[in-house]
Amino acid sequence: MTVQTPLTHQDFKSDVKPIWCPGCGDFSVLSAVTKALAELGRPREDIAFISGIGCSSRIPAYTKVYGFHGVHGRALAIAAGVKLARPDLTVLAAGGDGDGLSIGGNHFMHACRRNVDMTYIVMDNQVYGMTKGQASPTTAPDWCNSKLTPEGTGISPVEPVRLALAAGANFIARGFAGNPNEVARLILEGINHPGFSLIHVLSPCVTYRPEQRDWKQAVHASDATPAQLIAEAMHRLASDDGFTTGVLFAGNRQAFMPPRRNLATIADLERKFAS
Amino acid sequence: MSGYSVSVALTGSGGAGAMTAGQILLDAASKAGFYGLMTRSMGPQIRGGEAAALLRISTKPISSLDDHYDLLVAFDWGNIARFAAELPLAANSLVLTDPEQGEVPEPIAVFGARAAELPMKSIASGIPGGRVNMVGLGAAAVLIGLPLDSILSVLTAQLGRKGEEVLAAATAALRAGAEAAAILPSVTKLGTAPKDGVVRWNISGNEAAGLGALKGGIKFVAAYPITPGTEVLEWLAPALDKTGGALVQAEDELASINMVIGGSFAGIPSATATSGPGLALMTESLGLAVASETPLVVVDVMRGGPSTGIPTKSEQSDLNIAVYGLHGDAPHLVVAPNSISDCLYATQWAVYLAEALQTPAIVLSDQAMGQARALIGKPAESPYVAKRLVAEANIENYKRYALTASGISPMAIPGTPGNNYVADGLEHNERGTPSSQASDHQSQLDKRAHKLDAFDYGDLWADIEGDAEIAVVTWGSATGPVQEALLRAKAKGINAKMISLRLILPIQPAKMAAALKGVKKVLVVEQTHSEQFHKFLRAHYDLPKDVAVISQPGPLPIRPAEIVNRLAAWK
Ligand SMILES: Cc1ncc(C[n+]2csc(CCOP(=O)(O)OP(=O)(O)O)c2C)c(N)n1
Ligand code: SF4
Repeated sequence: MTVQTPLTHQDFKSDVKPIWCPGCGDFSVLSAVTKALAELGRPREDIAFISGIGCSSRIPAYTKVYGFHGVHGRALAIAAGVKLARPDLTVLAAGGDGDGLSIGGNHFMHACRRNVDMTYIVMDNQVYGMTKGQASPTTAPDWCNSKLTPEGTGISPVEPVRLALAAGANFIARGFAGNPNEVARLILEGINHPGFSLIHVLSPCVTYRPEQRDWKQAVHASDATPAQLIAEAMHRLASDDGFTTGVLFAGNRQAFMPPRRNLATIADLERKFAS
Repeated sequence: MSGYSVSVALTGSGGAGAMTAGQILLDAASKAGFYGLMTRSMGPQIRGGEAAALLRISTKPISSLDDHYDLLVAFDWGNIARFAAELPLAANSLVLTDPEQGEVPEPIAVFGARAAELPMKSIASGIPGGRVNMVGLGAAAVLIGLPLDSILSVLTAQLGRKGEEVLAAATAALRAGAEAAAILPSVTKLGTAPKDGVVRWNISGNEAAGLGALKGGIKFVAAYPITPGTEVLEWLAPALDKTGGALVQAEDELASINMVIGGSFAGIPSATATSGPGLALMTESLGLAVASETPLVVVDVMRGGPSTGIPTKSEQSDLNIAVYGLHGDAPHLVVAPNSISDCLYATQWAVYLAEALQTPAIVLSDQAMGQARALIGKPAESPYVAKRLVAEANIENYKRYALTASGISPMAIPGTPGNNYVADGLEHNERGTPSSQASDHQSQLDKRAHKLDAFDYGDLWADIEGDAEIAVVTWGSATGPVQEALLRAKAKGINAKMISLRLILPIQPAKMAAALKGVKKVLVVEQTHSEQFHKFLRAHYDLPKDVAVISQPGPLPIRPAEIVNRLAAWK
């Protein structure tokens, strides 16, 4: 019998050097992911980590699991395909607020309601980092620093956790990149909770939103036990300032997975064509 | 006309039951031992609306509709102007009309066919529960010489569970129509059914494509419904469920193609089916499948385009988007079935090719094959099944995109220890790490092109028949009319060779050159407005100087006579 030494978070880090700017919040999310995976204790080959396009979406390459860096906005669709085809794998998806809520907004809604067992980490910096600083769906309407919207967008932002709750996500949590241990714990809880789990991580873009460095003063951990009823969670989130961290909702919907049955052979099916 | 087949059109407005009568006629022809083909022409209405069941019943296997119908049974004339052009008649054809429905309308009368009256409605109303379509069906069967027994046995099988009364009413109406037909003018009659002992299948092109996917090894399908591709999915959903696979309805085609990419990345052969608008939405992610070397199959059942176009009717006009629609240099497979039975073979082959070459394959079927039903001999088993080159566990310094002699690199499937890698649509090096270096781009582009170019596709790249100085080059559902035209031309002393391309991409210049050796004239036959196939051939193959083209858009099918006339004019 071979005794396997448990993997540490270092074992989940790859040797690929991140392209991120020094100080980017995404570094902490990377540490949180590798910590969570080390604690999960599954072998590296049984994890699939899927992303779209954006600074944040580069994350799978910096880990040491099976990964897919797809096209902009479609991470959740690839992730669902992986899990539906291979229910035995642990599936994570990650990306930015633009990737997940703008171009991928439709998939976000349907991933929440479809409730396939996977964990989705949205690294929210309220900006498009990769394309050098445009407004995203989570950007405040009066943010004027983009050349495309010099007078602000004038459009109300979406709050990812509220959207997820309304759409039917089964587990919703918020974390802050400045507290990677908490984010790691939330990711692990999300993985262990059946169905679709959203981990909304406030992850500052130090280059295009340097003012987000102040987020560390704004965040505060939730002192309530996680809401288990949608109405209760709704009620709490209605007055939330967007900086509450912790588990915000833990539902009990059953995860979606088509059954696998062996009731017939192809030859049986072919007989129906014979006249 | 052809001497071995009879063509019948049954038309009526919503509720008249033209499609039901057509299905029964086809089933009965099968029972009686004939071969046959049935297509349908439907109006845009969701339910009801005018419908025409277009049948050709034959003593030998056929792959095309005839030039005209020998018999047109019109239960009524509602909206006939909308599809009269799809119902060509000859001088000795017979139009069977109900006097209660008025004169034969102008768009039909112009054909100058014979007409005869049969009071179908009043006969039906004399039978409790009697229906007009059964009266017409009884008359049609007698006129074309199809034994009534075969229809009765189909009725018993199909209506038996609806109860005695329903069956009795249908039977009585059928017999009444048959009796009334005794005094009607005669129509071309069916010959004797072949006693060839061949087991007949009654299958549509869409069902055949679904079966081909399953036989090729597809286990996971994600898709979004769209006419006329939906029946591929409707057949696959229960079929996958019963055989250990799964079909998932996605929120749109952007999701379905990406779910399929995910399924395939995870090691499960995966596919989707769609039509032109859906294929357009998928193209960005098809490029991802090319770059990440993820095998998958997209069955595109083409309909009239552009945009929403004519959803219910056929055209070959997705050729360009299938071949050229991906951004960047994105070598992929395009495979085109050229008959209803080939919807099975070509799709199964496409699964095999996609999996062997780790690249996406687009199968270009169309509405004319997909929604047509044919009576065919039970298809022979094809040896092509998915077999992917996968990586063994714990390869040291595993490189997912390793440069190999064949261009194909062993793919590590999640769950395989030691080889974890990240698949990427960003250009990458051999390991898969993103790279914008010119040398990595060059070598990975070369690799992806080379694996397709170096592969041996054998004889399946095209169906080649005959040998002559004239060649008709065609593809897809245009092939049926070409085959029939060449038989007829031969009877007139005109010899021509047929080259029907099954493998559209990658191109096969050496094989085409060999096929065109000694050919002096080429006739291109296709169903597009802008000669997409002709231009495709011009771009990639050396054709002789003398080239003529028959290219017409849908929804009118290409008729064999047109091809024969063109060949005769050449002589
Ligand atoms: C189809 C398509 N449209 C646009 C882009 C350009 N693009 C790349 S990343 C991105 C937005 C990234 O923002 P976000 O998802 O918030 O991630 P971040 O870079 O901030 O981490 C855009 C618009 C693209 N790659 N593909
Ligand atoms: S641009 Fe912003 S989001 Fe992108 S790496 Fe730099 S700091 Fe991070």
